[in-house]
Amino acid sequence: MLRSLIGPLAIIGIALTAWYGEVVVRRPARPGRIEITYWEKWTSFEGDAMRAVVDAFNRKQRRIYVKLLTVSGIENKTLMATAGGNPPDVAGLYGPNVAQYADDGAIMPLDDFCRKAGIARSNYIPCYWDICVYQGRVYALPTAPASTALHYNRRMLADAGLDPDQPPKTIEELDDYAERITRRDAQGRIVKAGFMPSEPGWWNWGWGCVFGGKLWDGGSRITANAPENIRAFEWIRSYSQKYGASDLQTFRSGFGNFSSPQNAFLAGEVAMELQGVWMHNFISMYAPKLQWAAAPFPHPADRPDLARQTFVDLDILVIPRGAAHPREAFEFIAYVQSQEGMELLCMGQRKHSPLINVSERFWRTHPNPYVRLFSDLARGPNAISPPKLPLWPEYGSELSNAFDEIALLKKTPAQALDAVQARMQPKLDQWLAIARKRQSAR
Amino acid sequence: MKREARTAYLFASPWFVGFALFLAYPLGASLYYSFCDYSVLRPPVWIGFLNFRNLAGDEVFWTSLRNTAVYAAMAIPLGMLTALSLALLLNTRVRGMTVYRTIFFLPSLVPTIPLAVLWLWVFNGEHGILNFALEYAPAALILALPTLVGVVVAGTLLSRGRTVAGNVAVAAAVVIAAASAWLAFGPPDWMQRLHGVIRLPTPNWLSDTAWSKPALALMALWGAGNAMVIYLAGLQDVPTEMYEAAELDGAGWWARTRNVTVPFVSPVILFNGIMSIIGALQVFAEPYVMFPGGSPARSTYFYTMYLFDNAFIYHKMGYACAMGWIMFLIILCLTMLALRLSERHVHYQGG
Repeated sequence: MLRSLIGPLAIIGIALTAWYGEVVVRRPARPGRIEITYWEKWTSFEGDAMRAVVDAFNRKQRRIYVKLLTVSGIENKTLMATAGGNPPDVAGLYGPNVAQYADDGAIMPLDDFCRKAGIARSNYIPCYWDICVYQGRVYALPTAPASTALHYNRRMLADAGLDPDQPPKTIEELDDYAERITRRDAQGRIVKAGFMPSEPGWWNWGWGCVFGGKLWDGGSRITANAPENIRAFEWIRSYSQKYGASDLQTFRSGFGNFSSPQNAFLAGEVAMELQGVWMHNFISMYAPKLQWAAAPFPHPADRPDLARQTFVDLDILVIPRGAAHPREAFEFIAYVQSQEGMELLCMGQRKHSPLINVSERFWRTHPNPYVRLFSDLARGPNAISPPKLPLWPEYGSELSNAFDEIALLKKTPAQALDAVQARMQPKLDQWLAIARKRQSAR
Repeated sequence: MKREARTAYLFASPWFVGFALFLAYPLGASLYYSFCDYSVLRPPVWIGFLNFRNLAGDEVFWTSLRNTAVYAAMAIPLGMLTALSLALLLNTRVRGMTVYRTIFFLPSLVPTIPLAVLWLWVFNGEHGILNFALEYAPAALILALPTLVGVVVAGTLLSRGRTVAGNVAVAAAVVIAAASAWLAFGPPDWMQRLHGVIRLPTPNWLSDTAWSKPALALMALWGAGNAMVIYLAGLQDVPTEMYEAAELDGAGWWARTRNVTVPFVSPVILFNGIMSIIGALQVFAEPYVMFPGGSPARSTYFYTMYLFDNAFIYHKMGYACAMGWIMFLIILCLTMLALRLSERHVHYQGG
């Protein structure tokens, strides 16, 4: 009797569990509203800022409900979800992803949407808009941008007998300042450095641009070993030669994590660093007493045309191919592009706005004392961003490797950059051939 | 009978379905993609052997393969030797052995990522505990050596019943120990001077291209516990009468280990050997966390890291699949080689 009941009971149990699982997972959150999913990489206060924008949008209208999900490793997950045919409606990627993802057809062109919504290049600081464009079409729209400047420790400059109100203006001055600030202990170990090209190491690929070099001619040629690039890497090598490659290595290996009070700049171990607009957040979090200032990064003395250079980067919103509600997704993106939405976001993330028009209130209440500098640098003519090549991830890692080899004195700048050139040019040729084939097939 | 077979297949069907769906299909698909230009997002395009031809001329491919081979050559013998030695030590009859076994097994339970982050600090060139130990080890050893000799001499004398001489030796050992402690921790320049005379290298484990791979091999020992447990199980299977017989023949510890223990656990050694070949050639998570991009200068850029970058960062899935199949062939060949070479040296019980 009992035994014969076990089977049916088990089946009922399984069915109940399955049904309940479905109920729990697929709770229709807002009846009558179209729900769109939005994947974003940010956590912490930057994530909170994005959530505030999403909440504002959800409050503002009753037709669409944006569900924000924090996703780690967002590039891979968006890629896989798109390939699997089940992508989010909106994804928050990185600016340099545009070329690769657009070329792969992973993200939708937004030109028609933009035209209808009145969103155009003239609304934006040009360099940020251009990051969103690939081969003449808009594939993304900005969220929070970032630009870089020289950050320096006023106290360390003063201790070395330098005027903290006169930061270095040229690379040559920077080298001179660095030499005066650098200190060694009795055993000859470096204990304080004025400047290190390898710190923080996020723009190792880009030093050539600081010397006026280009990485790609925009057409069929990789220009990794252009004379300006070689000159830049010779400058990097000069640091290894002057201070000793292994001495610099030992010194650098003692640095703490970036996001900690042991950060080399925050701990007063390195006096001058190329850093982004975000650095102020870490200063106020971990070293609020640090006496610091920001100034445009120095340029080579013989190239005054390269003054006020800045590396610009951008977080972006894209609509993956195959998204369920592209129209509604764009409506949300368009709200983020409004001055109200954008300033809410950029104030929360404590960055400047990518929009050309900024409210007086934004400037007045912004916590970063140098926010205008970062905005002005991005508006200037010398904004640097990675070349718009689908091969960029590979090219970038080649350049970073060349940087390592040169800084460790394993290769001369010419050798290392020639190797990069020899490796990347055939890859570009191959890609161009495939692109041509695709074009003619169309 | 037929009905019974049907029931059997029905019960086994979850496995069949799972195997077909999650193993057989991906296996076949990856073989197909390895002959395609495939970015995951666009449909695959057949390109024949182009991926394999490109790989042959790909410098980074060869660098990553070489790095992996060098790492394996260091990690496999080191790991096997450590695991077997530990197992032999933990197979003796000492009180509280289960506690020791647990202690030595515990590290292999630590998840990979926290482990990698932790070892970043151990290996830190400036403040790492490893370099600290290396820096002070020679001086400390020299200072402690007389004490050790004194203790051994005292122990020998006492055990032979020479009480007076033994007690003198004990007193001497105590004095020497105190003196060396004073020398070591008292006047600091003594220690410093000794450092100048004898020095072990204190390399920048993480940023020196010559030391980054040894660092990883050293770190892999942390996971020796798994192999150790398998060895232990094998060791428990060695019949005690064999040891007794060997002892009657006058075999010492080394002769017993060499002629009884090792032949009996040889199948286990072979198994662990093959497993560590596979493990070492597929090393991924630790270097991926510890050395972004295989830094410094690609000295820790391993095969699986290049494969991963090709698949998910460069969107060259076809190329990555080709790399996957090459690695499969390499492991297959090495395993067959290991089986062939071991034929004469591995003894199966009752076989």
